[in-house]
Amino acid sequence: MTRRRFLSGSASVQAFRRLDQLTILARNQRFTETPVKMPGADKETDLSERIESFLSELKRCGSGAGSLRGSAETARETTALLRRITAQARWGNAGELMEIIRKEGRRMTAAQPSETTVGNMVRRVLKIIREEYARSRGSSEETDQQESLHKLLTSGGSSEDNFRQHFAHLKANVIEAINELLTELEGTTDNISMQALEHIHSNEVIMTIGRSRTVEAFLKDAARKRKFHVIVAECAPFCQGHEMATSLCKEDIETTVIPDAAIFAVMSRVNKVIIGTQTVLANGGLRAVNGTHTLALAAKHHSTPLIVCAPMFKLSPQFPNEEDTFHKFVSPHEVLPFTEGEILSKVNAHCPVFDYVPPELITLFISNIGGNAPSYIYRLMSELYHPEDHELYTGK
Amino acid sequence: KKQHKKNKKDDRGPPEKEKEKEKASVLAPSKPATQSPAHKGTASKYVPLRSDYGYKVSLFSHLHQYSRKNPPTQQISIPATVIHPSIVRLGLQYSQGIIAGSNARSVALLHAFKQVIQDYSTPPNEELSRDLVNKLSPYISFLSQCRPLSASMGNAIKYIKKEISNIPSQCKEEEAKRRLQECIDSYINEKIILASEAISKYAIEKISDGDVILVYGCSSLVNHILCEAFEKQRKFRVIVVDSRPRLEGREALRRLVKKGIRCTYVLISALSYILPEVSKVFLGAHALLANGYVMSRVGTSQIALVAKAYNVPVLVCCETYKFCERVQTDSFESNELDDPDDLIVTRNGKTHLENWQTVKSLGLLNLVYDVTPPDFVDLVITDLGMIPCTSVPVVLRVKNVDQ
Repeated sequence: MTRRRFLSGSASVQAFRRLDQLTILARNQRFTETPVKMPGADKETDLSERIESFLSELKRCGSGAGSLRGSAETARETTALLRRITAQARWGNAGELMEIIRKEGRRMTAAQPSETTVGNMVRRVLKIIREEYARSRGSSEETDQQESLHKLLTSGGSSEDNFRQHFAHLKANVIEAINELLTELEGTTDNISMQALEHIHSNEVIMTIGRSRTVEAFLKDAARKRKFHVIVAECAPFCQGHEMATSLCKEDIETTVIPDAAIFAVMSRVNKVIIGTQTVLANGGLRAVNGTHTLALAAKHHSTPLIVCAPMFKLSPQFPNEEDTFHKFVSPHEVLPFTEGEILSKVNAHCPVFDYVPPELITLFISNIGGNAPSYIYRLMSELYHPEDHELYTGK
Repeated sequence: KKQHKKNKKDDRGPPEKEKEKEKASVLAPSKPATQSPAHKGTASKYVPLRSDYGYKVSLFSHLHQYSRKNPPTQQISIPATVIHPSIVRLGLQYSQGIIAGSNARSVALLHAFKQVIQDYSTPPNEELSRDLVNKLSPYISFLSQCRPLSASMGNAIKYIKKEISNIPSQCKEEEAKRRLQECIDSYINEKIILASEAISKYAIEKISDGDVILVYGCSSLVNHILCEAFEKQRKFRVIVVDSRPRLEGREALRRLVKKGIRCTYVLISALSYILPEVSKVFLGAHALLANGYVMSRVGTSQIALVAKAYNVPVLVCCETYKFCERVQTDSFESNELDDPDDLIVTRNGKTHLENWQTVKSLGLLNLVYDVTPPDFVDLVITDLGMIPCTSVPVVLRVKNVDQ
């Protein structure tokens, strides 16, 4: 009974409450046959269960053992999970909510560091919370930003005391904004495909590499009204280009599959190169599937435009400078199988998954909000994310 | 912009016509083996034409695309054939890929010709110098049906034909045959074996201690250079880059590891990842064209391109007998199309391209060669010395003047 005094939403008290409920459960179990459930316990254990299952799925799909899911799915599931956390977790003001989301976000990005869409969605939600808080307080976002710039110049003080006010409708507003974000996520592929006819003319030869669902939808949409030819580089060792080619052929698009080694050889007859990517980095560069840098260099040599179809949720505030965290490797037996036994132990084999493509090689980004040059990416980033959220590991 | 007139019926048309020609040629070999010189023009009729396989990408419809599963000897009736058995064997070895690599193919060709000369007997009222050349023509067209001739093979054949026609008419047959055998032996010795020694000597000067050398695929010359350098106690390590579907790099890897050289192995898509570690790139060549372009295994131009972007020197090693008079600016005019079924692969139990023939709009392209522009190549090491790519026509002119 003394514990009822500490009614607040901080995480440690949450843990105490859970412990309380468990002990009450245990005590009741001794005296009664059927366990008595507390009304709040359902939601919280349910929530933590969902978080745990999402984390384990993230860990599994990275190693290739689980089902490979596209980034759009991951983004949607992350956002849905964050909405659930907002609805079901206990918090009193915006600062506490942001702390909870940051903590969960850190756990999620640690589960699968190469899946950057998770971190991007966490940052989007944090920005939504900041905006809704500022709107509830009555000040507009621009003055806030100007305030912070001014503060940087003059006092350099942090706005620590913000985000502590309690607003009754904050929860509903934040959940509504997250719903809007979810609708935006669902429409990204269609928004990108709608722009296809502006970029592809008849009798073109288009080259692509590997498999990207965005590019697939883009080309299929253009194929309804135009006739063109697609060359797909198969992207060894995973050979996802084969899947892409068979899927494009179903829409009667003339497709040719070439091995990676022939990229430069056929590039002189290609009119456009259209690729997808895993992440768009903060400087406008790409972290794309391996072989993309060679493709970009060959396109630059022949002055062929390189178009990247990437939805906005792939834009990440990371820079490519951290060499040891940029690359991801998978088992080298994809490259040198175990059947080559005698030489296997004397040889180093590498199988990197991603490539860095510098922004100078890219001509255009097509995203769900339209086409942009690589030099404009930094501006888009400042609209999507708040600068204090760029690092999830520090923060208030 | 390309006009893509894909018409499935067109593809079925020519093979039917060729099958009729084959039927005609199967009946022909029952004629006696001796022919008068008037039949010179019809010699190639005795070689059955091989039919193309599968849908050819329209940009390459001027080239042949054969399947490894249909060997060229299916239409030949043995033993009543005009073609010497060692040539038949050689042709099969070429078409199945058992003998691969331009040096290996040339040497095998020359050995087969030695056998042919050994078994040759001049028919009465004929001169050896003219008749032997006529005999060789159907063999050469048969070999080109099995697999298109390489530039090195073309040069070797030109040399032999010249030697044969230079045999004086009063020379006795045994003497002539001995002379021809010696010519062939000295050609192999000078142009291939001694040339590789000379090239190794020059190339080893370019390898310093602590180097990280990148090689692509399996070039007999580059492997030889690296083994020699290792024996001369140079400290270096090698990165072998390989590509599907041929995966020739594994052969090079085996040879280098057997020698004891430290190696790393990657696929060509990981090139941008591995190139910052590399200090030099050594490439082999299939032929050097008269405008300075390097014709080599597909993927070589890509390696040269990315190496140039990372400012890594690219050295091409090539013997002078591979220099050819042809000029070419890109990989489309004259190339070779390999069996498209090689691209099919099974991963995780799924084979996506298994029924590619049934899918109407799908084509597979398996190129064998590509052409590297001379601005990507920093140095060409030949047996005559180290020259820039643009000096190839000078070497050709000097060779022609010598001969």
